[in-house]
Order: sequence, then C-alpha cells, then structure tokens
Amino acid sequence: MSINCLVLGAGQEVGKSCVVVTINGKRIMFDCGMHMGHHDDKRYPDFALIDGPLDCVIITHFHLDHIGALPYFTKEYSYNGPIYMTYPTKALAPLMLEDFMKVTVGRGGEEKFTTDDISECMKKVTLVDLKQTIQVDKDLQIRAYYAGHVLGAAMFYAKVGDASMVYTGDYNMTPDRHLGAAQIDRLELDLVISESTYATTVRDSRYAREREFLQAVHECVEGGGKVLVPTFALGRAQELFILLDDYWERMNLKVPIYFSSGLTKQANIYYKTFMSWTSQKIKDTYAMHNAFNFKHVVSSDRSVINTVGPCVLFATSGMLSGGLSLEAFKKWAPFEENLVTLPGYCVAGTIGHKLAAGKRTRIYVDSDSQIDVRCNIHQLAFSAHTDSKGIMDLLKFLSPKHVMLVHGERPSMFRLKDKIKSEMGIECDVPANGETVKIPCATLHVKARTSDAFVKSCQSSNFRLSRCSTSSGLVASTDPCSPLLVSDDRVGEAVLLLDQSKAKAMHQDELQFLMSVEEKP
Amino acid sequence: MKLTCLSSGSGYQFPPCHILEDVCGFRILLDCPLDLSALSVFSPVPPDNDFVSDGKASYDSARDCFDKEQEIQKRQKIETPLHGKDLIHDELWYKTVKNLHLWDPSSIDVVLISSVMGMLGLPFLTRAEGFSAKIYATDAAARLARLMMEDLIAMNMEYQYFYGPRESGGPHWMRWEELELLRPELKKVVVGKDGTELGGWLPLYSSADVMDCMRKVQTLKYAETACYNGTLVLQPFSSGSEIGSCNWTIDGPKRNIAWLSCSIFASAHAMNFDYGALRGRDLVLYSDKQFLPLMDEVQSNDASSTIPSNDLSSLSRYCSADKDDWKELTESLLSTDEILEKEKMDFICSCILQSVQAGGSVVIPYNRLGILLQLLEMIPVLLESLAADVPIYVISSMAAELLAFTNVIPEWASKPRQEKMFSGEPMFSHVDLVNKRKLHVFSAIHSPELLTTWQEPCIIFAPHWSLRLGPVVHLLRRWSGDENSLLILEDGVDPDIALLPFKPLEMKVLQCSFLPERRLPKVDCMLKLLQPKILVLPDDLKEKLDFSNPSLDSFSVLYYTEGETLSLPSSPEGTLDLEIASVLAERFAWQNLGRQDVMYTRLEGELVMEQGKFRLLPGITSADSHPSKNKE
Ligand SMILES: [Zn+2]
Ligand SMILES: [Zn+2]
Repeated sequence: MSINCLVLGAGQEVGKSCVVVTINGKRIMFDCGMHMGHHDDKRYPDFALIDGPLDCVIITHFHLDHIGALPYFTKEYSYNGPIYMTYPTKALAPLMLEDFMKVTVGRGGEEKFTTDDISECMKKVTLVDLKQTIQVDKDLQIRAYYAGHVLGAAMFYAKVGDASMVYTGDYNMTPDRHLGAAQIDRLELDLVISESTYATTVRDSRYAREREFLQAVHECVEGGGKVLVPTFALGRAQELFILLDDYWERMNLKVPIYFSSGLTKQANIYYKTFMSWTSQKIKDTYAMHNAFNFKHVVSSDRSVINTVGPCVLFATSGMLSGGLSLEAFKKWAPFEENLVTLPGYCVAGTIGHKLAAGKRTRIYVDSDSQIDVRCNIHQLAFSAHTDSKGIMDLLKFLSPKHVMLVHGERPSMFRLKDKIKSEMGIECDVPANGETVKIPCATLHVKARTSDAFVKSCQSSNFRLSRCSTSSGLVASTDPCSPLLVSDDRVGEAVLLLDQSKAKAMHQDELQFLMSVEEKP
Repeated sequence: MKLTCLSSGSGYQFPPCHILEDVCGFRILLDCPLDLSALSVFSPVPPDNDFVSDGKASYDSARDCFDKEQEIQKRQKIETPLHGKDLIHDELWYKTVKNLHLWDPSSIDVVLISSVMGMLGLPFLTRAEGFSAKIYATDAAARLARLMMEDLIAMNMEYQYFYGPRESGGPHWMRWEELELLRPELKKVVVGKDGTELGGWLPLYSSADVMDCMRKVQTLKYAETACYNGTLVLQPFSSGSEIGSCNWTIDGPKRNIAWLSCSIFASAHAMNFDYGALRGRDLVLYSDKQFLPLMDEVQSNDASSTIPSNDLSSLSRYCSADKDDWKELTESLLSTDEILEKEKMDFICSCILQSVQAGGSVVIPYNRLGILLQLLEMIPVLLESLAADVPIYVISSMAAELLAFTNVIPEWASKPRQEKMFSGEPMFSHVDLVNKRKLHVFSAIHSPELLTTWQEPCIIFAPHWSLRLGPVVHLLRRWSGDENSLLILEDGVDPDIALLPFKPLEMKVLQCSFLPERRLPKVDCMLKLLQPKILVLPDDLKEKLDFSNPSLDSFSVLYYTEGETLSLPSSPEGTLDLEIASVLAERFAWQNLGRQDVMYTRLEGELVMEQGKFRLLPGITSADSHPSKNKE
C-alpha cells in the first residue's frame, strides 16, 4: 500500500497548483491552476503525465493559480467525473475566470478556453459544505475543512481504506478582518501536502501592520494624493474594504473610495450571502448590519483615473500586470504625492515584483515605454497565507507520518523541510514539477473477529475510562470525536486465536474451554 | 434496546417524541417539542375591558354557585355551545411532552433534534437539575429555533404584563375544582384524554434558559459526523421538510439505526430529502404519522403509481447505486410533491386575491418558514398583475432577523434556490420587496413606523398561529367583523376552540394543510431502497399498511404505541471486529493449541473505542512495561 503523488504544478514554485495523488488505487487531482508568470506551455500543468483515469478533482479555492486551468483541462481531456468545491468557490470562481479572460483578450492575448468552457466546466461541480463527510464512491471519502485565506477556501481530507491524507491548499492560521483562522480535526494521517508561500517568514502582529497601511493611506489622501490599491477583485479587496470603510467611519473621512470592477460589485453580493464562511464577528452582527454593505466604498469606471483631487482606487490586476491598475499606475506613478500599495506577494516578471524589489526608478511598463516612478510605495505586510510558525503549528497538530511541501520559493522550502525533519522527526519532501513521490504507508492494523465473551469483558463497567486530550487551539475544546480510552487491564485476559488463518479475539476462559475439548480425544 | 413513544405528536408543529434505551448502553431522546396548540384553552390578551370583567364575573359566579348548583351547571355546559368566556383567563402556561418529566433528566445521554419544532421544549429540559446529555442539532435548525424561542418569550411577556406578577402555588385553573368546572372540550386539552397530562404544564422559560440551552447544543452541518463517547456515530441528513430539518443515522458497534422524521421529497425552499444516505441501516424507525394519508391510496389508487409496479428490477438496480437510474427515480419522486404543493399555494393565493379585491385585509399567522417565504414571493406577483396597491407587512420581534437569515444560508436551501444564488440573485426576493417599499417589516404592532405606513386593505404575516399570542390577536380583533377579510390558518389548531375569543366571526377563515401527502409508491420504493432488517412504525398504521407485497417482506415490522415501551430485538449477527495495530501484531508470540493449524497468542495493549469500532493500540503501559516476546 502506498500513496503516490505526481506533482504537476507548484513544485518548488508558486503558480499552477496541481497534484495528482493516488491512494490505494484511487486517483484524485488536487487543484488545477494556471501560472500567471508564464505565457507559453508552462502556463498549464503538464496533464499528459497523468497515468490513468481520475476518480475526482478537488478545487480548494477560487484563486487562478488553483483553478485557472480547470476549464481547459475538463474540455481538452474530456474529464466528466466529479469536481468538488465549496459553495463560495463555485460562486466566485467563474467571476475570476471570466475576468481573467477579459483581461487576456483585452491585451490581444489568446486563451486556451472560452466563456462557454467555463460554464460547461462549472456544471460538473459537486458542492461541499465544511465538515460534511462525502462518499465519492464506495471506497473514497473526502471532507472539507475551513482554511481561512479567501472566502470559501478549504483544506481537503481524503481517505481510502486505511490510508488518509490532507491537502491544505492555501491557508491562514490567523483570523483577519473578514475570515476566521484555519480549523481542522485531529486526524490520523499518512501524508499532509502543505503550501509554503512563507516557509521561513514569521510575521508579527497583524494589527500593527494594518495600522501602518491605514496611516500610509491617510497621509497620502490628506496631502491631496491618490492611492492606487492594485488588488485581485476578490478576497483581499473585500478585506481592505472592511478595513478602510471602518477607518473612514471612525476618522470621519470624506475622500471617496472607488472600486473599478463590475466583478467586485457582483462579488460583494456573494460575500453578503456566504455568512457562515466569514469571521465570527461578521457572523454575529450580520442581522443588524451586514459588514459587506459598505458606506464609503463606491463603484466607478475608467474615468476615475482622470478625476481631480484625492481618492483611493481599488483596481485589478493585483500585480500591475494589466487592466485598470496598470493604466492608473502609468498616470499616477510619476507624482510624489501619490501612493501605490503592493500586495504581499508578486509573481516574478510582473511590474509589482519589480516595484517590490525596492528601486524607485525608471520602469519599463511595455517593451517600448517606460515611466519614472516618483510616488510612494507601500508594501502590504499582512497576508492571507500562513507564516512559517503557522505551518509548523498545523503540522505539529496533525503530526502526519509524511509531509510534502508545495506552493513556495525553492530555497525557503528546503530550509523549512530541514526544520520539519529536525524538530518533528517527520519525513518531508519538496518535489519539483513533474516528479512523483511515493509514500509508503504501512498497514495500520490487522483485523480480527471478536467473541461475545471478549466484548463483554471489554465492556465491563470496571474499566477506567479517560478521554484523549485535545489541547491544541486548532479544534474546539468540545471536540466530541476525541476517542474514549478504555484503559484496559483486562486485555491481559484476552487471547487471539488463529484457526485456518481466521483470527478471533476471545476471553482466556473460552480458550481454556477449547483446549480442554482439544485434549479430550 | 427499547423504544418508548412518549408522544406521537400531531403534525408539523408538534412532532413526535421518543426515547431509545440501551443503544449500545446509551439513552437517547428523539426531539423535545412543545404542544403549542394547547395554548388555545387560554383567552388571549389584551381582551377589551368589558370582555375581561365579563369573563372574571362569570368565573366568580360560577364559583359561588358551585356547591348548590353543581349538577345544573354541568348540564348547562354541555347544552350551551362553547363560548369565549369558557376559556381560561390567566397567565399562559405551556404544555410539554406528556410523561417526559417522569424521566430522570440525568439519565439521558444524548438528545437528537430533527427540526426547529422538535427543539422548542428543550430549554425546559436543559435547565433541569442533573441534565448533562449531549445535544445534537443542525446548525440552521438551532439558529431558527433560537429565533422562535426568543419570539415566544417576547410575545409571552406582553401577556404576563397584563396579568401581573405570577401567583404562588400554581395557577388557579390547575386546582381540581377549577378543572371540574372546565368545559369538556377544554379539559381534554388540559389534562389529556386519560387525564394524565396535567403535570406537563409549565410557565415559559426565560431568555437566560434559552441562552443556556443553546450553549449546550452541538450544531452540525448536513452529513457532518459527530461521535458520541467514541461509540455512537451520529449524522444528520436533510429531510426536506424545512430549512435545517433532518433525519438521523445512529451507528454503533452492533447497531445501525436510521430515524426518519417528517420528510418531504421535494421542497420549494429547503434542501431535498436525502434518503439515499440512510441506506444500509438494519433498523429504520419511522416517527412520522403523515404516513397516514398515503394509506388511503393503497387500496384505491395503486394504478397511479409514479413507478410501474413491474419495474422492480430497476429498483434493485438503483439500490446497487446505479447513478442514472437513481437520478431518474428521484426526479419522478420529486415531481409529484412539487405539483401538489404548487396547487395548494395557488389556491391560497387566489383566496387572498379575492379578499383584497373586495377591500378586505388578510391575516396569515405563519408557522412554517417555508410557507412564509413562498407566499412572500407569490403574493407580490399577483398584486402586480392586478396593479393593486396593497402593502404587505411582516410583524414580529424576530421578523427582520429571520428574513435576513434566509438569505445567508445557501448551504441549506433547495437546488433551484442555490441556482438562483449562483446566477447572482438573492435566494429569496424579499430584500428586493423591502427596497421597493412593497414589503414592510416591523418588530411590533405598536411601533411608530408602522402607524405612519399603515394602509388598509393589507396583507399581514404575524405570529402566533395558536391565535393566543402576538400581533395576530390585535389584528383579528380589528377585522373579525369584516366579512371581506380573510384569516389563513395552517393545520394543527382546532378552529372551533382557536376562534372562540373572536366570535361572532364574520371574517372568512381558510384552514389548510401544507404538508404534501406521500403516495404509496414513494414510501414503498423508499423502503426498498433502505432495505432495513427491522422497520418500526407507529401503530396507527397497523391496519392500514399492507406488507404482503412480496417486495416488502424482506424485513420484519414492529409497531409502537404512544405511552408504551417496545423491546427491539438485538442484532442477529453480533460479531464485532477488532482492529489490532500492526506494531502489536508484530509482537505476537504464537503458541500451538494441540492441532497444527490452530494457534493462539495473548493480546496486550490499550483497547480504544473509536468511531464505533474496537481498536487495540500500543498503550503506554503495555508497550513500556512488557517489551514482549518472552512473556508467557
Ligand atoms: Zn490562494
Ligand atoms: Zn495559491
């Protein structure tokens, strides 16, 4: 018995997450993403390497590096099996995909799938709610756990026979303005495949970082400047809306906050609907005031770039690789009073990445045009990804037999791997794209039938009962599944009988009886 | 294992209540409802002043002449028709499940909740001394139940305010001489048919009781697994009857039980009945009396079955989980329910329309959330077609929260609602109506905003369906004399008693059952699917149900009776599997037992009961202190 992991993407890099895992003969594809930094064949996972039919596809969340290749895959490889994702992911993913299509086609590019492919693909989706135990077929069981990160993000547990694993997708171990922290049960696992975007970073208090951001924005608009917040339309945008809307209210600011995308408007409706996927605070107050009904945030169109006076503009794309954010950047970057905020992570090759590198200078925006960047740059230091402490906490809590790291930067991933090995004594792999990792899983147990006398002696009320402690903060303390321990002195009175390779557990008295019968003739 | 039926209930608003004993050693209470229909023995407040003094006077005079004219009095009562004055004029008390209070609360290990209505009596139980059971309910049902309990408390407060501080020593109507004076129709409600139910009456729980109760409930999603004590694996699956309603599976080491509560194949708003998930249980307990209407059709209507009776082969095929057949069958099962419900709703709407056209107002004391939601969608469309400007009001202390809640629970809604949400619309259109000022939501009937928008004729949704509490009482007083106005009652109340305080009544009354009846083929087919070894049914069905059908005789059928305890046979094949950790297996020291092919070894380790399975694991003691092979 073994678990085979074929890494098709996000191996020693961030982008096009895709791992095909074979557990006891069942083949599952976890995520089906695209790589935004490539424009050639490397943009998609190399699906040709898959060596057999898939039993199901599981998508962890709506980010394009996790779902971007799905319409292409389902069409090109005529995949008709089940695709599992959570409710918010199903609602928000088509928005992401369609927006992406628009941006690509707008730039004169071509994509390997169409809007029709997106809707065809979404028809195949089976919805999952958190913690539901879903029987994919007789042998394969899956379950989603809350991952934080973005609305609807989930970690997935999969079990076939005795072998089981968790694929984390992207997750966050600390709650933010609109989402809670990742939550999972203590499970017996052979393998955990974890993201490792911040494999070596340890972040300090989120609160302080948020304040820095608010101060930078406030100073800029007070000085009459314009703030450009390049962002994905979904996820980070809503978090920052809540942050700014609340701040504007408290500080009594009147400067307009614009968002440019029709997509964001639609997304806000979904955010209002998926209450049970948000943070506790938002859940508790939705009846009085839905946190996603913003007072100061208004939608706007492209003309906003040319307006006079201070404002805050949220625009896609998030890494300044195109769209309105790039247009606004070209217009606003040459002026000192303006401010551009950058997301915590920018893919290599994008303008966002160049700016993050820190040199405030001339930047080529196209092959032939360049601009002087004189505006202020503020890097958002709070992230929707867990930091290295969070990764270690999760792994310690789950203590699987094996760990595999994906979705990170090569050098830090290897450093984290060493740390996992030395601190926890757990085997850890960091495979590259195209590699297959074979994880042995020993048979956990042998099965035996039991006799009534055995059961009776085991159920005797004299037994000392105790409950396994689940002390970590990862699960609620009322966890009902913590096993009841029957500390059993009387197992010593039990024997296992092997008769023609059939095993049966029985009480020793029964054995004595058998022996006496045997002796008689 | 034993089953006691404490109450077989009466329909949606008062679901049945059972106790299962010795389920792998545990005692499980199935639902904890409240018989709110019994509130009808009380007179509502605020009565107009004359009415009250009238009522009090009649009581006093009754008491005066008690001794002398007892006989005459009694005879008079039987001869004269029941009058509003005969109702009890006192603070409201609430009727809990009969005999539940006779069970020691501390002896209950688990409480399973199937619906909002099955939860309304729970705060009485959770505040009882010694109560420590684990309570499981679906997340949505628990949240809805909290709203309903809070609303009940708010309405009750108005009543209490009127009657002043609670008298000590129990209310006067509970004294035997007062009970003797009660009209037989009312007395039957108060003490029950056999006179044993007086002990179940209690004054309403408090907000603090509700909070405390809710804290003790563990909420689950559909198909989420909870494990009690490592032994019982519990899972709720959608029953289709309302948002958050469920059937439960209870899987223990030796026993797999499916408990079916009131279930509906296709609901217009709630997630469909997930009966496929109930398969593979050896015991099916059916607690739904709604089975009844279908039985009439057994004899008369067999030909109209949705599935041709000769199609048994296809049935067995989809039992083996052939997906396409499954789908086909499910669709045919769903369609009839939908049609029935649609027809009913259309009829109700046409009545509403007639009334407002004639200038009358309509009062709908809603009970089921689903009906409220559906009518809120259908009525505006109708009014639009008439171009009539008739406002719709929802008045309840919890109305705003309730309506907000319905649009944030796509995970509990029916497929069409989910599709609506995925296409970018709100699942229920009431948000839109409020924005367009066609629907007005108020927390109380005396709120100033209500007075400024008030307009007649209008259509009002307001609690309480017992017609004894809440805004409905005021509204009925206002319109009871208007022959053009209309009151829509759901089933569950006895209109003869419920309407007494509002007589003489010119207003039209429409009473209707909203539960679609199940047709035999459906149940037939469902049982074939579930393939239980033992089917446990309410005894009302004994005469009516025919299991001679060869396709149905593969299981034994037991009937339970209200108030009696039924012993359930234990599972025939009682072998339990034991999983021995491989680390331990490697250390086995096999010995020969005389014969060559029979060997034995001592077992050691820590025995754990987990997810309903025995597992032998390397415990701390055994691994360390007996490092093994040479032992023995
Ligand atoms: Zn992500
Ligand atoms: Zn990612």
